[in-house]
Parts: sequence; structure tokens; C-alpha cells
Amino acid sequence: MTDQHQNQIQKGEYGDQNILIKVRGLKTWYPIRTGLFKKISGYVKAVDNVDLDIYRGEVLGVVGESGCGKTTLGKSILQLIKPYSGEVRYQFHDGEKNLCTMPKEKLDNVRNKLQIVFQDPYSSLNPAFTIFGSMEEPLIRFGMKSKSERRRKVAELLKEVNLPENYMERYPNEFSGGQRQRIGIARALSVDPEFVVCDEAVSALDVSIQAQVLQLLIDLKKKRHLTYMFITHNLSVVEYISDRIVVMYLGHIVEVADTDELFQHTLHPYTKALLSAIPIADINQRRKRIPLQGDVPSPVHPPNGCPFHPRCPQCMEICKRVVPEPVTQIRNGRSHMVCCHLVKQQSEKETV
Amino acid sequence: MSALDRKMDRLLARENSGREHRELVKNRTVRKMMMNRLSVVGMVIFLIILFMCLFAPLFTPYDSTKVDLRAILQQPSAAHIFGTDKVGRDVFTRILYGGRISIGIGFGSALIATLIGVTLGVIAGYKGGILDGIVMKISEILMAFPQMILVLILVTITGQSLWNLILIFSLTGWPSMYRMARSQMLSLREEEYVQALKAFGIRDMKIAFKHILPNAIGPIFVNITLSTAMFILNEASLSFLGLGVPMEVATWGNILNVAQDLTILKSAPWIWLPTGAVVTLFIISINFIGDGLRDASDPTQVG
Repeated sequence: MTDQHQNQIQKGEYGDQNILIKVRGLKTWYPIRTGLFKKISGYVKAVDNVDLDIYRGEVLGVVGESGCGKTTLGKSILQLIKPYSGEVRYQFHDGEKNLCTMPKEKLDNVRNKLQIVFQDPYSSLNPAFTIFGSMEEPLIRFGMKSKSERRRKVAELLKEVNLPENYMERYPNEFSGGQRQRIGIARALSVDPEFVVCDEAVSALDVSIQAQVLQLLIDLKKKRHLTYMFITHNLSVVEYISDRIVVMYLGHIVEVADTDELFQHTLHPYTKALLSAIPIADINQRRKRIPLQGDVPSPVHPPNGCPFHPRCPQCMEICKRVVPEPVTQIRNGRSHMVCCHLVKQQSEKETV
Repeated sequence: MSALDRKMDRLLARENSGREHRELVKNRTVRKMMMNRLSVVGMVIFLIILFMCLFAPLFTPYDSTKVDLRAILQQPSAAHIFGTDKVGRDVFTRILYGGRISIGIGFGSALIATLIGVTLGVIAGYKGGILDGIVMKISEILMAFPQMILVLILVTITGQSLWNLILIFSLTGWPSMYRMARSQMLSLREEEYVQALKAFGIRDMKIAFKHILPNAIGPIFVNITLSTAMFILNEASLSFLGLGVPMEVATWGNILNVAQDLTILKSAPWIWLPTGAVVTLFIISINFIGDGLRDASDPTQVG
């Protein structure tokens, strides 16, 4: 790999050849079974018809309120939750493959490429095993036979997440949340992944530790040329770490743009409401809050048309009937995708 | 001031000795077990009784089945410490030899029942689906039937023998183990470390047996000890009813069987009192050990 190439990867180059994961029409629906014979009477549409490109070397933030399908999307990409339909095409060194249709055996053999850091540091480590016991299993799985070699590798990994290596003999209950989370990160990195889903990786930690763990994640990304999918509901965190942000609502992607672009030229009414809710630690500065009425509708019976229309302050007639198509605007050579009738009409007016 | 210093010194010394102790016993479970006084007492009693039963010939010169009509219903004396029974057999000897059979039945049945129940429970609880449904229904049927009556029926069909008894106890005993292991698996499989292991592509059965099962082992241990105690008592009751092991074989239940006779119950308490005491003592000690094991093997308890 040349230096230049590496630089491009560090920044995240957005050419077609640099797409690591292509998600197409991904639907993760959970069946609802009722009655004596467990007949399927409907589906919870946790992730519905998601198209998404993830570029090599970028940090892709995924935001949205609770229950909008962020975590399900992450786990569906990793095939930890089997999607109902759709494709997740991953760019391996020997070509692109669809993870959804891969046989389990083959999929398990490439799982070292795709890893996940979990939300809850208290349940993500097995209390019955020492840290070494928990961390050696993936190493054995991916072919590290000798125990001394595994010990050396675990020590190395712990050092990489700023923990002393003798901690490997201890049990999880002897650690704080931040330490556990770093162990979780070390475990995910133990198999040298390319793509890491950070599922609310810092949400359970207190603020001072959050910064520490975020910094660690950034450092590791630079060092190991990782690609992150950073799922969170904390907008400040996502602004800090992400190159690009995906906004989800009720299982749908409503807006995708570069971080700066999204914060400066917010297009979707939902994103506007979301961003207006970020607290500012300055008593003299006031931002106009856009309060949303009502609750998120049930994903079992999503509303017709735009999923956001029942709560949208700028709802129009068409929004109630027609599902908005994605509209892509190009600003400074970078694309900004949004699914909204209002934006579509405005941009059409501008071009006229 | 100096009193405070002394106190601090004592604390420090205790802490240091604790640290040495820590290095002495490497295994965390064993270490925690040794800290539990009650379970250590239970273990000592258990081992004493077990040792005396296993090496019975060292402790008694008599034969457990030898009838001696010249020495019927003798009171405890130097020659016969617990006296003799209706046909002149030494009670102490019979308790020791009987312990072999009773303990063997209890432990053997508990282990086999556990092996069946836990294996099925771990697989079914982790996988769910049709297998779980079928095994669950079988266990429900077995549990809905009064166990004692089921045992009585099976004994009359298969006849009286040691192995039949073990078979029957294992057969009737596994459903409770199954349900417990299954319910543990159902909650433990939702933990995030299970997802982490899946994300590494580790085989399901390896996750279930190697990684999840150790977290469920506490209640399983307790259940093993409880069912051992229960099976020993069951054997005693069945033998008391004359349906257990053949009468000539000494077991704790068979010894107690004679207490059905009112005259013996009243006039020869040395036959049933020591036997009953040994059974009680043994079962209490097992329960103490079970409690200790549960606490020691609970990975979330610090030790």
C-alpha cells in the first residue's frame, strides 16, 4: 500500500471503487405469530428497505431516536440478526460477496473481517472467564494454536487499549465500565477486522470516560485503517467522530450527508428537530427548539406515505400518500441524500 | 492512637495473609468454597461417612449379611456398638455396608439424571424450536405423574434390583434438571457476550456448553446435591415399603424397614435411631456442600 493510498483511506475516499459495503433493499422484519398454530399475522418492520454505501476508511455515524432500528441495522449487516430480504455486499480481497446468502460455514470463516463493540460493558464479557479466557476463544477460532502465542497476542492487545497486560488473569467483575469497554474493543480487534460496528459503544459510560474511549477508537482507526459504523443517539458524539452521518427514522434512512454538511445545511424536518435538541453549554446562546408532537408510530403498522408525516411540522397532502423518493443534492462535490417531498419540491423550483 | 495503629496493623496482616492464601489456592471456585465454614463442615462430615462406608472392613469385623441367632436384638455393647437386629446382624456393620449402596444409588441416579437433563436442557434452551417443544412436553408428562406411584409401577414391572432402582430414579429425575438448565439457558443466551461469540463465528454447541453452561453451574450443583439427598430418601422409603433393593442387601432403607414392627420401634431404638441419624447427618452435610458450591461457583460473587 502506497503512502498516498493510505492517506486516502485515512480520510475516506468516496469513489465507487472504495465502497466496502453495499447495502441494498435491506429489510429486517420480525414475524408476529399469533393463534394456536403460530400463524404469521404481521411483521415488525425494524429496518425497512435500506440502501446504504459504506466507504473504506470512513466513520459512518448512525443516529435516530430509540427504537428507530439503528442497532438492528448494524446487527443485520453483520448477519447477527438474519435479514428478511435484501443484500449486504461486502468487498473482500477476492471480490464482492453477498453476506445474506452466504452459507453459514463460509460466513463464519470471514467473520474476522466484521466485528462489533457492544453497548453494555457489563454483559459483553463472560463473568465465568478471565479476560484471557474470553479473549483467547476468537484467537483459537482463527487458527492460533499455541497458548504462549495467544498470551502474547492478548498482552499486546491489552497494551493497545492502554491496559496493563497482567489484567488478563482477572475476572470481569474486577473492572470498571470504561475498562470493560476497552477490553471489549480489544477483543473485537483481536482478529484484525476491517469493519467494526460500534453499537452505542460509549453510551453506557460516564462523560469523562466517553472522551477517553472515543479517543482510543479514533487512534485505533488511524493505526489499523479501520472502518467504523458508529451507532449512537448522542449527537455530540456523532458530530465529533463521524465523517458521514445517516439519520434513521422508523426503520428508514431519511437523510445521509457529510457531518459538516448535515449540521450546516440540514434538509429533512426530522433531522432539524433532532439537531435542535442538542444542548448547548452556553447560557447566552439560545437555539430555537423544534419540539415534535406525539410518539414514534408503531413499526408494525407504519403510516402510509412518508414515515415521518404524522409528526412533521411541515406535513403536506402528498406526504400522507406517497413514500418520498431519495433526492440527492450535490454541494461542493459531495452528495447529500434526503427523503422528503418538501425538499424535492424546493429543489425542483430552484432548477426551474 | 496506638490502639488505632494496632488495628491497622491487624487489618494489614489479615489482608496480607489473605493475599498469600490467594496464591496458595489458584482456583477461584475452590478458594471461595474453602472460605465458607458451613460447607467445609459439611464436607468433613460427608467425607468421614463416605470414607467409613467405602472402607467398611477396616472398621468392623462382622459381615453385614451374616445371621447370628445367638445374638438377637442385643443392646449396644463393646462387641456391637450399635447393637444387633432381629436376626443378630451387627447394626453398625449394616449401616456402613448399607451406606455404600444407598450413597451409590443416590449419587449415581443424581449424576445420570443431571447428565441427561442438563444436556437436553442446554441444547433445547439454546436452540429452542421443535426439539425444545417436544422435550418440554415429555418432561411435563413425567412431572405431572406422581413420582412415587410411577416408581412403584416401574419397580413392580422391572423387579427389585439395585440397577433398576438407579434407572428408575434417573428416568423420573431428569425432567426437573432439564427445566432448570433450560430456563437458565433462556436468560443467559440473551447476554451480549453470546452475541460477541457468534460474531466470531464460534460453533453454537461450543458457545452453549463451554461459555454459557459455566454461568448456570451454580444452580445445577445445588440441584445435584438436593436430588442426591432426595434419591437416598426415596431409596429409604421404597425399601421401607419393601419395594426397593432386595431385603437381604443392606441399605439404609432396608435397615429402617424393621422399624415397621411396633415392638422394635418401641423396645429396640438402637436399630433405627443411629441409622436415621446417619441418614439425616449425611443429607444435611450434602445440602451444606450444595449451598457452598452454589455460592462458590457463582461467578458474579466476589471471592
